[in-house]
Amino acid sequence: MRRSYIVESLRQLFGWKPTRPTKDEQPERLKQIYQSKRGKLSKADLEAAHIEHKRPFGNKWQIRRWATLIFINLLFVISYHFDVQLVEGALTASRVVGFHMADLNSALQVTLAYKHVVLNLVIGTTTVFVLWLLLGGRTFCSWVCPYHLVAEWAEYLHLWLVKKKIVKNHVFNRKVRGIFWLIFGLLAFATGYTVFETISPTGILSRALIYGPGLALIWIGFLLLFEIFYSRRAWCRYACPIGVTYGVVGLLSPVRVKYNAEACHHEGDCRKVCLVPHVLDVTIRGAAFDVEQDIVADCTRCGMCVDVCPTSSLTYEIKGLGKFL
Amino acid sequence: MSAPSKPRKHPVSPKRREQNRREFLRTSAFALGIASVSLLGFVPVVEGRSARLRPPGAIKKRLDEHEFLAACIKCGQCVQVCPVEAIKLGDIDDGFGVGVPFIEPREQACDFSCDGLQCVLACPTGALTHHLDFPADARMGFARLARPKACLAVQGKGFKGVARGPGFKGILRYSEVDRWNPIPVAEHPYDLEICDLCVRQCPIEQRIIQCAEEDEKRKKQGPQALVAKRIGHECPPKHAITLEPIDSGDGKRRMMPVVQDGCVGCGVCEMICPVESAAIVVDIDKDADSIGG
Repeated sequence: MRRSYIVESLRQLFGWKPTRPTKDEQPERLKQIYQSKRGKLSKADLEAAHIEHKRPFGNKWQIRRWATLIFINLLFVISYHFDVQLVEGALTASRVVGFHMADLNSALQVTLAYKHVVLNLVIGTTTVFVLWLLLGGRTFCSWVCPYHLVAEWAEYLHLWLVKKKIVKNHVFNRKVRGIFWLIFGLLAFATGYTVFETISPTGILSRALIYGPGLALIWIGFLLLFEIFYSRRAWCRYACPIGVTYGVVGLLSPVRVKYNAEACHHEGDCRKVCLVPHVLDVTIRGAAFDVEQDIVADCTRCGMCVDVCPTSSLTYEIKGLGKFL
Repeated sequence: MSAPSKPRKHPVSPKRREQNRREFLRTSAFALGIASVSLLGFVPVVEGRSARLRPPGAIKKRLDEHEFLAACIKCGQCVQVCPVEAIKLGDIDDGFGVGVPFIEPREQACDFSCDGLQCVLACPTGALTHHLDFPADARMGFARLARPKACLAVQGKGFKGVARGPGFKGILRYSEVDRWNPIPVAEHPYDLEICDLCVRQCPIEQRIIQCAEEDEKRKKQGPQALVAKRIGHECPPKHAITLEPIDSGDGKRRMMPVVQDGCVGCGVCEMICPVESAAIVVDIDKDADSIGG
């Protein structure tokens, strides 16, 4: 049964498997597309498609994203060390040219632990909420969060070790991330301490960059080693409640990645590079509900799939603004 | 029991079932592991190791920092605005106090150089409460002459040179040098007949002197000038520390710094005290209110 974008997004955010369509739910046009591709693509064809796709800047979005992420985090550092007062504070809470900004998850933790509604936090979270509503929710993860970047580098190492058969990837049940989100909310409320902030790699790394390194980086190192040697991108995929919080914001965001089945070869390059590959299950042959379908809100809008897809079947879109790029 | 109308689910193969079982166990261990690590943050808090001298306005009740740790969003905006860089952020060995601001007074005390309590104004959550307007309203801790025998004044000694040695990095506002720019303590030598640094440099005492001078000036300017009223505790209502003579019976002139009810616990006395280690220290579990002043 086809579910609305919001319901399907919520289900996947909290760990349920993507909904598959029955044959009767797919339009005739889509069935034809699937039918026309049966057995058509030989290895040589695939190779040819890949070669054709190889552009000088095949990782255009990755470069843009890394540049953005580094730039934003540098803004914090420069603002403090050169007293520019552009972006004061850290990623947990800041003032951007005087305007309050507060990380939604940090603000949630403080509110649950402190049990007061703080006006500045209301202002700060509203600003940030609107910002990420416009920009795509989990866009925060891949375009801003400093842990995402170091984890991405660690991921390359992990994939290399897997290829060399030195390590094996271990998956967890994705539902655990939603449980973490609940646990940390409950812990903040019950203990009256912002328990999650103690281990939040986002907060720890952001502060380490701005105020200088400390012992807390040992925890970051441990997480990275865990991801390199045991489980690919484990923190972002299975643990981080910040991702869930921003995922919920993304439910209503117009910035999405759109899938078009028309030219898709269904060979899954996109799913191999994706942080949250379940959102790309729709690209599996026979799994789409329609010729065009939006990728659900758990997507971090990182653009890896957009970069890698040899047939441009995955593109960024802004709902209501038509296609851009 | 499945409804007869629904198609039966695929039977799960033993291999698949084993995989599921392992995934479940692995996931449970993962969840338990992460949750346990996060709760380790309790340890330093319960042991009291995370208790520290906090910036002015920190909402805490004596040793109970619970509310303060809860309200702080760990962003360090207070760190950024402090003109003497007195504020540091707790590391992970402070447990739930990670990212929470504190002051190491012996290294760099809060000397209220900013006058307007910038850290309080910068705090986005009110963990540094906005209820205080002036340094005299702060209740950070309370000074105590911990080692009277080491105190130079008690020994009847003077002090000549730089207070903490030439290598000391701490800075302080010297009103007589530049009211707006703090300078290194190491660049400000003293020559005192009897050491009174803790009293001399106390920001509360300095403010009291300034207020008295301003009053004096206004008196000279005639009755109109007196109209300029002061608000709140712009001028501290009580002394924080005074130097009082003690009778030792040996004929030598000896003095003793006596902490008064106006002490806010900023830690300048602890920073400036020239003996190693400081004869006067700030207790974080007391303040002017709890002392019954």
